[in-house]
Amino acid sequence: MTGTHYCNEPNLFLINMSSTGIIFNIQRFSVNDGPGIRTTVFMKGCPLGCRWCHNPESRSFGIEKISGQAVGKEYLIDELLEEIEKDRIFYDESGGGVTFSGGEPLSQPEFLKGIIKKCKNAGIHCAIDTAGYAKKEIFKELIGITDLFLYDIKLIDPVQHLKYTDVSNHEILENLDYLVKNKVKIIVRLPLIPEITAIDKNIEQIRDFLKKYKKTPEINLLPYHRIAENKYIKYGFKYMMINKKELDNAEIKHFQEIFINSGFNVNIEGN
Amino acid sequence: MNKRISKLRKQSTGIKPSISVERAQLVTEFYKSEKAQKASVPVKRALTFKYILENKQICINKGELIVGERGPAPQATPTYPEICLHSLDDLDILDTRKKIPFSSDEKTKNIFKEKIIPFWKGKTIRDKIFNELPQEWIEAYEAGVFTEFMEQRPPGHTVLGDKIYKKGFIEIIEDIRYKMKTLDFCNDPEAFNKKEELKAMEIAAEALILFAKRHSEALEKLAEEENETSEIEELRQMAAICKHVPANAPRTFREALQYYWFVHIGVITEVNPWDSFNPGRLDQHLFPFYQKEIKEGTLTKEKAKEILQSLWIKFNNHPAPPKIGITAKESNTYTDFTLINLGGVKADGSDGVNELTYLLFDVIEEMRLLQPGSMIQVSKKNPDRFIKRALKIIRTGYGQPSVFNTDAIIQELLQQGKSVEDARMGGASGCVEAGAFGREAYILTGYFNMSKVLEITLNNGLDPRTGKKIGLKTGDPSNFQLFGDLMFAFEKQMNHFINIKIRGNNIIDRIYSKNMPVPFLSLLIDDCIKNGKDYNNGGARYNTSYIQGVGLGSITDELTSLKYHVFEKKTILMDGMLAALLNNFNDYEEFRKVLINETPKYGNDDDYADDIMKQVFEIYYNAINGKPTARGGHHRINLLPTTCHVYFGSVIGAMPDGRKARLPLSEGISPVQGADRNGPTAVIKSASKIDHIRTGGTLLNQKFAPSFFDTEQGIENVMHLIRSYFKLDGHHIQFNVVTAGTLKKAKKNPEKYRDLIVRVAGYSDYFVDLTDELQDEIIRRTEHREG
Repeated sequence: MTGTHYCNEPNLFLINMSSTGIIFNIQRFSVNDGPGIRTTVFMKGCPLGCRWCHNPESRSFGIEKISGQAVGKEYLIDELLEEIEKDRIFYDESGGGVTFSGGEPLSQPEFLKGIIKKCKNAGIHCAIDTAGYAKKEIFKELIGITDLFLYDIKLIDPVQHLKYTDVSNHEILENLDYLVKNKVKIIVRLPLIPEITAIDKNIEQIRDFLKKYKKTPEINLLPYHRIAENKYIKYGFKYMMINKKELDNAEIKHFQEIFINSGFNVNIEGN
Repeated sequence: MNKRISKLRKQSTGIKPSISVERAQLVTEFYKSEKAQKASVPVKRALTFKYILENKQICINKGELIVGERGPAPQATPTYPEICLHSLDDLDILDTRKKIPFSSDEKTKNIFKEKIIPFWKGKTIRDKIFNELPQEWIEAYEAGVFTEFMEQRPPGHTVLGDKIYKKGFIEIIEDIRYKMKTLDFCNDPEAFNKKEELKAMEIAAEALILFAKRHSEALEKLAEEENETSEIEELRQMAAICKHVPANAPRTFREALQYYWFVHIGVITEVNPWDSFNPGRLDQHLFPFYQKEIKEGTLTKEKAKEILQSLWIKFNNHPAPPKIGITAKESNTYTDFTLINLGGVKADGSDGVNELTYLLFDVIEEMRLLQPGSMIQVSKKNPDRFIKRALKIIRTGYGQPSVFNTDAIIQELLQQGKSVEDARMGGASGCVEAGAFGREAYILTGYFNMSKVLEITLNNGLDPRTGKKIGLKTGDPSNFQLFGDLMFAFEKQMNHFINIKIRGNNIIDRIYSKNMPVPFLSLLIDDCIKNGKDYNNGGARYNTSYIQGVGLGSITDELTSLKYHVFEKKTILMDGMLAALLNNFNDYEEFRKVLINETPKYGNDDDYADDIMKQVFEIYYNAINGKPTARGGHHRINLLPTTCHVYFGSVIGAMPDGRKARLPLSEGISPVQGADRNGPTAVIKSASKIDHIRTGGTLLNQKFAPSFFDTEQGIENVMHLIRSYFKLDGHHIQFNVVTAGTLKKAKKNPEKYRDLIVRVAGYSDYFVDLTDELQDEIIRRTEHREG
């Protein structure tokens, strides 16, 4: 491995400042991460520890062997661009592009900026799927070159947020304010986790938080699926959501209506 | 669907197909007559045709709006003993086999035993073919290197153009007579042959007019016996239609369809041509009639739909004539590959989608019948709405319509030397084959097993299944130093077997043109009348013979694996690889896993494998393309399997891609089952590295879980996949939308899933009628897709 180093900033963001990136998956024909047919680049490493995380193998930074299987691969910017370019004809046809997801893509800011600049130069639509937990300066540098942010909001209550994700939501909500103020295109994504985020109080708090914006952002609800369970078993992680029931359609609709009644545009993803 | 159609549909799908002895008996009677013995070959064939149409039983089913049956009743299927003779054993097998049975009673079997078999034994076209073909051909054929289409069914695979919608048969007869009068016996050495051929066409044309007249009379008689006023009225109307067409050009929508149907019955009565017969661009041909009548108020949309549905039932009443012997394994189905083309462009190149196109979608969706098959021709000029409407039918798991690229087909046909108008008015028929409708004899001659040729190369000319030496000695592969040495040997071996196949094709071509002219089909296809030449003798404006390559994914992965592991990584020596293959990977399971999981594979947009695919394509193309045919046309290539990849796999041992002995090969240009791991865009990118424009058709199969089509967004995404593939010049793509769970249930309880139709490979079929192996293969692929 060349030139990769991690600086662990006190109490805050774990960051890979290298110009190479660690990617744990490249998913072509992605149709749920922004408009059109997309390639989703899953970047490795995340400062959050969401209990329901779908990609437990993506959390730690750096390439690792988990249960005998190598997870993560180092990419140069041009190497990654070449992979992204492979589906250009589909992006052009469908109004799609590339989405950087994770892990937390903002935790590899140098690489992310580098690849997005290259993509923009090549005329490819770029989206970032983020939990929002990063320094404002990073957002500042990205807003001019990113076409769309898929921005996760999980819990408004700061204590609950810390309890279930291991981090405070202070920066997350502030950063959202910052993006909105700068008129960046945003879709707010809200994972509906039974008994944690998918409770009336939290949903109403999120609604109220978003209502204060003059132009309310589009909202995507992401109902919890148990499909990640297998991954936890495969990689030998402890799964804290074992046997959690999935929401039924009526429950999902109920949460959707909370937003609709306040004039939001809400879609349900992954169905 | 209204009551009438629902009743007719029930009748059509409820009757078990049976063998009818009627045609065989009439043909035999006529061939024994003095008249037959005196006539020239073409005239004899025309008189045979006439004798059948004069004497066969007229069948009119209660309530139907389009009349005409090939047999004495729906699903009663004739045999063609002059071409291929069913033995008593064949009849027993057909009667009792579990899948695709044809019943026959004692009386039928007795007539076969007493009259049909004794007269035809040793005299059929099939006998002539096998007598003439050289030993090397027979050996390769028996080894499963290739198959032969024409040993049981004559050249066919033909699509009608717009001729009958403009001309009645009386006018066509005038054309024939004019041509006869202008024959130049002074300067044209062929003049006498032309005269006999034209005479035969005239007889055939008159025969069909007569056949229609018999229907008209029968309908009048039924009207007299009928008490219900409305029914009397309807029968009289139909009698009048049958009096008018095919003798005269059609005036109405309904006359046009009845005319087509008489012609269809004529073609499939004259002989049993491959892939039945096909009206082709139905929405284009019928639209002027539809538009005019709707405007004048003589036709409603509902009535037009009902008439079309009645025609659909007629198609479904006519199963493909049952085969015998080796081809029964290749492709076993009731479907006879009529493929209705919708959309595309007009002769002037403009968008061809019209109101009738959408009405035809409604018909297809409501009827959900096995036959006729349907497809959409998608041009960049067609609206999105057109594709989305088709996808909404596809998502129901019906496997139809399949999706073709008009702009690619036009380029393919132009590349083969067709005029731009003829190319635009062409399309695809059979499975996926490109042709100039109404103007071309484009004949499928057989499937070609590329992986078998590699297996023979790896055994230095021997077929390991039989131990026979049937190929060239291209060298002991253990001595090959470079991958190029292997490719050189493989290419030599490919050329050797393809040449054997082509030599055979040219012999079979001549046997048909001399012994089995088809004057009736000839008078329908331009320019047979003008040329005074039969369809089977190069009379058509364009003449093409296709050889269909099977298993492009398999052969690519096999060669890639050898290059990667033996020549580059040196994971194993050639000797070791050959030993593993010989042992069918027993005791080599770990190694087999490496071959499957740690080797570049076609279908992943990986140039390492895809470049080898391109090399294989060039070898195949160069060996075939442009080689002359005996009919004065050219050989071309196709890449499609129907179901032959199952048969071809069954004659091959274990192969270097990790495939175990006897398992199916990959189908069409699809990746090896389970080898594609990067999703549909990567498959499409790999497949688009084939130079589709230099083929006459390729077949790409993609499977989706139904949930993918649930939302408008999902439909939109699939449409974008199609448009992107077609921008890359892809020829065809089809979608199977069904879950593995459903398929498993259907396999277990076939009776509950009788009408589950799935896309097999270039056509749709009832899932429960497929062989166990094919069912398993489709289940396996579906599971893979679902992850």
